[in-house]
Amino acid sequence: MIRIRNVSHKIGPAPILHDISLDIPKGGITALIGPNGAGKSTLLSLIARLAVLREGEIHIDAMKIGEVSDRELARHLAIMAQSTHVSARLRVEELVGFGRYPWHRGRPGPGDRAIVESAIERFGLGPMRHRFLDEISGGQRQRAFVAMAFAQDTDYLLLDEPLNNLDIAGARSLMRLLRQMADEDGKTVVIVLHDINYAARFADRIVAMHEGRIAANGAAREVVTDALLRDVFGTDAEVSLHEGHPVVLV
Amino acid sequence: MARRLIWLALALALACLLYMTVNARGSWSFLLPFRGQKLAALVLVGASLSVATVLFQTITENRILTPSIIGFDQLFIMIQTVLIFMMGSADYAGLSALLLFAVNVGLMSLLGLVLFTLLRRGARGEMMRLVLTGIIFGVFLRSATNFVQRLIDPTEFSVVTTVTYARFNTVDALLLVLTTVVTLPALWAAWRMRSRLDVLGLGDQIALGLGEAPRRGQSIALVLICVLVASATALVGPMAAFFGLIVSALAHVITPTERHAILLPCAALTGAVVLVGGQTLLERVMGLATPISVVVEAVGGALFLFLLLKRRRA
Ligand SMILES: Nc1ncnc2c1ncn2[C@@H]1O[C@H](COP(=O)(O)OP(=O)(O)O)[C@@H](O)[C@H]1O
Ligand SMILES: [Mg+2]
Repeated sequence: MIRIRNVSHKIGPAPILHDISLDIPKGGITALIGPNGAGKSTLLSLIARLAVLREGEIHIDAMKIGEVSDRELARHLAIMAQSTHVSARLRVEELVGFGRYPWHRGRPGPGDRAIVESAIERFGLGPMRHRFLDEISGGQRQRAFVAMAFAQDTDYLLLDEPLNNLDIAGARSLMRLLRQMADEDGKTVVIVLHDINYAARFADRIVAMHEGRIAANGAAREVVTDALLRDVFGTDAEVSLHEGHPVVLV
Repeated sequence: MARRLIWLALALALACLLYMTVNARGSWSFLLPFRGQKLAALVLVGASLSVATVLFQTITENRILTPSIIGFDQLFIMIQTVLIFMMGSADYAGLSALLLFAVNVGLMSLLGLVLFTLLRRGARGEMMRLVLTGIIFGVFLRSATNFVQRLIDPTEFSVVTTVTYARFNTVDALLLVLTTVVTLPALWAAWRMRSRLDVLGLGDQIALGLGEAPRRGQSIALVLICVLVASATALVGPMAAFFGLIVSALAHVITPTERHAILLPCAALTGAVVLVGGQTLLERVMGLATPISVVVEAVGGALFLFLLLKRRRA
């Protein structure tokens, strides 16, 4: 479980997060939604110690952020940040291979190679495995980064807007892969999504954020309502139910 | 790609052989140690400046930077100028090699580390700020040096100009030993952190996500860079700023990979081949006394432009 207690965060003088307390249970997919600038990426960075936590506490199972070593945490939690620019000129399979680094620290064994192979296979990267990252489409690159996080083989997987650049087929197949990882491999997936419909369709829980606070937290049907769209997203789009899943009519 | 490293090693062996044997007149008992020392200096300097450049480019994530941008060369010139100004050229020439080496390496390493620590105490230790500060610092040092040089007696000034060019004609044996003792462990340490460097090259966030704290790794790399550049400069004087740049660009062409297990030895070998080969050509074949740094600057500049343009088009 990810336990967040009284976390506040400032960037310079500007307060970004206000006294956030939240439990993200182990297993399943938790989607973070909210308008741009709500603080979703900031919260995710704090959980993954990419930003320094100054106020409040975050625990991942028994590990306390700020105390657990970077190496140790990298074996339990993988993060794919929102901006995934790499200046190094890497091939797809090299990038995915880096996912194993926390485990072998420079000396990959046969087990590491097998996991990289399965990640490449699973994310359909086989045909482009020898291509350079700057020679494939944005969506394919996005998939390669998720595959790298997958190869890290951690209990927790944090993904910040992985559907960016993906077309509808790519987005759905990636969400199905994440579903499979949650259901079959028992991973805990925390994912920032900007499309509420994907969150409602694929996530077990939705956490809505607004201006640095948690606005709603629960199952899709409880969270995705006309009121949420009005108060949090500031739009009058309607919500309808389709086979039990709420759908935002855009 | 490992095969290309073997070819490079063979090229280096050939360059060394030519350097030792072409135009060899006189007894070998004299030639062997005389040329051998210079050869050792060439190989050492070529390898350390190249490795330092690769390290610097990795931690700055920028392929057109070299550590000399932090102002090492300028500081070296400044130190020699001030020493000559204060002691006179005769006393300067009489300084023990050990003392001069210690002063040079100490001050230059200190400069690099102080610059780095100062900048990191600020809100965010961004590499680009370090680089910009280095450039400004270099300009400041240059003006200060110019000022002191104006105060120096014109006859003494000629000494300043000779010590402030990289030279391989005279290599002090003790200095060579000192440099080796400092350089080899630094090169070994760089080799030891090769996988770490691969991860650091992915950028701060990804490196941290993989459990590799970027600041720790960057600090270690920076210490190694300071030591390598400072001791190479103390041995032969300021090398052309272009040298590291050219060699790393060449290394990326010879072994197109981001893996430091390949890149580091490739850069070290390439650097040594360029220096030994270049010096053989200059000294033995063309019989010139031109400092190799001048040639590297000219040839290197052209080659570098070519590489840049080629890359743009590709
Ligand atoms: N580096 C930064 N400097 C200043 N403000 C920032 C910085 N990064 C983010 N912010 C601000 O923090 C708030 C939350 O940002 P973020 O967490 O990226 O939101 P989200 O991911 O929900 O779109 C925004 O108002 C944004 O302007
Ligand atoms: Mg964001």
